[in-house]
Amino acid sequence: MEMDVVYQKSAGLEDVEFHYCPGCTHGIIHKLIAEVLVELDLIGDTIGVAPVGCAVFAYDYFTCDMHEAAHGRAPAVATGIKRALPDKTVFTYQGDGDLAAIGTAEIVHAAMRGEKITTIFVNNTNYGMTGGQMAPTTLIGQKVTTAPLGRSKEHYGSPIKVSEMLATIEGAAYIERVSVHNMAGIIRAKKAIKKAFQLQQEGAGFTLIEVLSTCPTNWGLTPNDALNWLQDNMIPVFPLGVYRDITAEDK
Amino acid sequence: MAKELWKGNEAMAEAAIRAGLKCYFGYPITPQSEIPEYFSLHLPEHGGVFLQAESEIAAINMVYGAAGSGVRTMTSSSSPGISLKQEGISYIAGSELPCVILNVMRGGPGLGTIQPAQGDYFQATRGGGNGDYRVIVLAPANVQEATDLMRLAFDLADKYRMPAMILADGMIGQMMEPVEWPDEPTPEPIAKPWATTGTKGERRHNIINSLFMEPEACARHNEKLDQKYRTVAANETRFELIGDEEPEILFAAFGTPSRLARAAGKILEEEDGIKTAVFRPISLWPYPYDALYDAINQESVKAVVTVELNTGQMLDDVKIANQGSKPISFIGKAGGMIPTPREIAVAAKEALGRK
Repeated sequence: MEMDVVYQKSAGLEDVEFHYCPGCTHGIIHKLIAEVLVELDLIGDTIGVAPVGCAVFAYDYFTCDMHEAAHGRAPAVATGIKRALPDKTVFTYQGDGDLAAIGTAEIVHAAMRGEKITTIFVNNTNYGMTGGQMAPTTLIGQKVTTAPLGRSKEHYGSPIKVSEMLATIEGAAYIERVSVHNMAGIIRAKKAIKKAFQLQQEGAGFTLIEVLSTCPTNWGLTPNDALNWLQDNMIPVFPLGVYRDITAEDK
Repeated sequence: MAKELWKGNEAMAEAAIRAGLKCYFGYPITPQSEIPEYFSLHLPEHGGVFLQAESEIAAINMVYGAAGSGVRTMTSSSSPGISLKQEGISYIAGSELPCVILNVMRGGPGLGTIQPAQGDYFQATRGGGNGDYRVIVLAPANVQEATDLMRLAFDLADKYRMPAMILADGMIGQMMEPVEWPDEPTPEPIAKPWATTGTKGERRHNIINSLFMEPEACARHNEKLDQKYRTVAANETRFELIGDEEPEILFAAFGTPSRLARAAGKILEEEDGIKTAVFRPISLWPYPYDALYDAINQESVKAVVTVELNTGQMLDDVKIANQGSKPISFIGKAGGMIPTPREIAVAAKEALGRK
């Protein structure tokens, strides 16, 4: 019997196993980026910058050239690459500890310069790789290993809202927060990622897609419960939507 | 070519452009701010990229990115700023990327002072960042040499795929001296098949990385680096030995203090008939241990006097080279003060047991 191929792994991903925990949505986000880069025929002209955190091994997963950055420094490394090779497509893949804590200066200034790079910012409200410590994005009351009784607003303030903050910066061309907790969200996330890369190609400026993502292992939830927890607890604090779109302002 | 009068900082920047610099990333700090200022105007004129970063940390990480992309790239700073770059330097060394780092040293520790010093010798030669790595360190003693070493630094960095540092004291950066530019054309970029320039679908992906989760793999990587560093140590030591052929006093000094030592030597010769020579390492890593040992062990040498703008850092390497063979003394000032030739001459006489 002849069989048709109706679905296969993206040519933008290496044929290797991901190390991510069962139920973690990093794999979906990788897939979306790879599919977009292949669909836009950019994969052979792209350099990706991997972070320190759960996605540290991203350099082994994408078939494009990859550069591993120090913790938080991916936007600076990407700046160096893009300025050296302005015709190439450059993206960073960063978690919330990497981008919203130790790398705050680098991301803000990459946006300020209108650096023609795309940042995929994965927000799962904790430091996953190191075992679930508090991140700047940890929700009030959320229990993490360095705030075992829950994050206290009095002690640590409130979660930082990266998309809202960066949307105030003129150099940012496109900022959207999406979520991959259900099919509708995944489809929306892919559209957003595609738009960000297209705007980079057009030289519009800095683009960032914040992706709300699950961490079943450190949240102590089953994969399915983690998807529900994201919907019920994260989206009210981190509302989905487009926070900045200079192409909309043109219209 | 005719000699031209150049300020050290600007001359080093111009030399980097002539060496084929493509991307410079930096952050202002005294006493080296003329360097980014010079690049901001002149590097784009030569098709290069100047970018003022938000911090020294960002600047060295931009260098890390550009170096991975295969272009000649550099940053410059002064002592406190170089401290901030150490993380990035460790990553660049670990990832085996070429780049140049220019340190126009000022006094420390902490914010210290903006006046010239050599207090970063340990940091430069022993590695300020984490892990087993080395950086080629070249120390100019005048503005002409600073320009010559800039070209050499880029060539050595590319040849060995490792960072090269120019360690200049603030005096070299701020002083004006004649410079004669060599008639060499700017070199063509060499092939860097390891660089991340896009696969074009024609090869497997290149990865710039210093992470090895398996200890066996990380150990192999360290052994590979160590082999490289041994090759560099065997082939790239540079030094100068100037003065009397049968000196009683052998001065050991790098950068500006080597000139002060020569002036002290003149005083000693003229007033007391004491013959001296100055051993000046040009490469601080790799350090010319064997050459210094030979210089110390000339029969005429009675004492070694190390002169530095710090409280005794290269002194450790002089002791290693000496292997206990001759008495060693030290004169130095830190924090932006500079010993006079007279003070150095007095120290040398004391080393000989004379008044």
